[in-house]
Amino acid sequence: MKELVVISGKGGTGKTTLLGSFAALAGRSVIADCDVDAPDLYLLLHPEIEHQEEFRAGKLAVIDRERCTGCGRCAEVCRFDAITADFSVEPLNCEGCGACRVVCPVEAVELRENTAGDWFRGQTKYGPMVYARLRPSEENSGKLVVLVRKEARAWAEGVGIELLLTDGPPGIGCPVIASIGNADLALIVTEPTPSGVHDLERALALCRHFNVPAMVCVNKFDLNPDLDGEIRAFCHSAEVAVTESIPFDDSVPRAIGQGLPLVEFGDGPASRVIARVWREAQRELMGGMT
Amino acid sequence: MVIAVASGKGGTGKTTIAVGIAIVTARCQLLDCDVEEPNAHLFLRPDITQTEVVTIPVPQVDQARCTLCGHCGEACQFHAIAVMGRQVLVFPELCHGCGACALACPEAAIREVPRPVGVVESGSAGQIAFVQGRLNVGEPMATPVIRAVKAHLDSTRLTIIDAAPGTACPVVEAVKGSDFCLLVTEPTPFGLSDLRMAVEVMEKLHLASGVVINRSGEGDEATEEFCRSTGLPLLGRIPFDRRVAEAYAHGQHPVHVVPEFARRLEDIVARTLDCAQRRPQ
Repeated sequence: MKELVVISGKGGTGKTTLLGSFAALAGRSVIADCDVDAPDLYLLLHPEIEHQEEFRAGKLAVIDRERCTGCGRCAEVCRFDAITADFSVEPLNCEGCGACRVVCPVEAVELRENTAGDWFRGQTKYGPMVYARLRPSEENSGKLVVLVRKEARAWAEGVGIELLLTDGPPGIGCPVIASIGNADLALIVTEPTPSGVHDLERALALCRHFNVPAMVCVNKFDLNPDLDGEIRAFCHSAEVAVTESIPFDDSVPRAIGQGLPLVEFGDGPASRVIARVWREAQRELMGGMT
Repeated sequence: MVIAVASGKGGTGKTTIAVGIAIVTARCQLLDCDVEEPNAHLFLRPDITQTEVVTIPVPQVDQARCTLCGHCGEACQFHAIAVMGRQVLVFPELCHGCGACALACPEAAIREVPRPVGVVESGSAGQIAFVQGRLNVGEPMATPVIRAVKAHLDSTRLTIIDAAPGTACPVVEAVKGSDFCLLVTEPTPFGLSDLRMAVEVMEKLHLASGVVINRSGEGDEATEEFCRSTGLPLLGRIPFDRRVAEAYAHGQHPVHVVPEFARRLEDIVARTLDCAQRRPQ
């Protein structure tokens, strides 16, 4: 099985637009949405949910008021300001580390398992899809990403589908690291803006750090064709594969408005290029370089 | 007063708006708390005068004292330390720096040593005091760096916080303690879906907030309806304008290039400050 993951560094460069179109172009694949704190792919692919489950991860400290003697050891050792003046726990600050439980002389602290999100499995027109939603302000997005990818992979193996398409989150932190580990190819979508370039460099460094083969795609390239040229030249000199650049296309928000992958919405300039970008990515994924 | 700028969805214009607010209000402080991808500096081009390394304390085990009792591994909730065979292994990138292992060790065999995870850079851009955090590539946890940026908060000025996208712990760390949070969205189903999640975070934090529709035009109605039904103030709209996108792409802040953008932003600032000052406690 081959897994293509789309990431970006900077948000809003077009990851989900691209991945939704890839799913439509691929015809049959397993699709995983790993942007668990802003999952949007379902709005294009409309999975019919077959299975839904809570995601339990992380702990929260709870202090038993009956037992607590108010000695204050817990507040002394807590490094996250989670113990209030009246010895209760502020859940938003609690890291779930249990340092308070270690020092409590009367065993008044209990660590309770936390429900951090929900995950879903369903069928789309283009194949099975797994996605998840982190509950607001929760931690453990990385673990939820690992779960989504594991479920997607297991499903693909079960039904004999050889392609896994993964929509990653923005940034370079834990959910991104969890999204790219062991993927066959990370397609980094960027834009020709100073932020896009800055974030591309960090996303590329992340892929190198974790030994994940990377390929770059410049979206909305005509907003600054010179900078597009510079990004392409930079990729060539760094020996990173780069796809054809995608033009700015105001049908993108309209396709999203209609809930359709761009390539199914109409034959605009971006849509035509995305079809070619998909072929390039596919070639790279199937080991064009090795 | 502290105003945070956040959004569920990435790329809706948080940084453009946060920096724009800083430019139009001039004598203020800007904290770039999007430490995974800090971008405000690209538009402000500040003089950085101070750099500090952010570290978290991770355990170092004195093998001579260690009796392999395993209390450290039992105490650690993050699988960052464990007895394996005849030694104790530490996995520093999993460590949250809580110190539970050292507290649990009956032999006092664990010492905590600082491990760098990022940097905080501070300086100024004209009258704007500027601080940003930068997470080291390959580090999973952004929150210690965000905390270190916020330690620079200057309560004598208006402070603008630029947060990371999403609704998870980095966003919470960036926005908590603010007086008001401005949520930037775009008028698409993606924007609205992520805005809903961001609003849930604000509710959980009991943080007063309002909405700015960026690239407004087609599709605003659903967002307006959402604001009406939840009672969130709509602080303003910035119409889609290709000149704004092109100015941004050329590293120029649209405030300097598109007069209409500057006017809209000034209105948004006025309305935001008004809402923030009137907010019920």
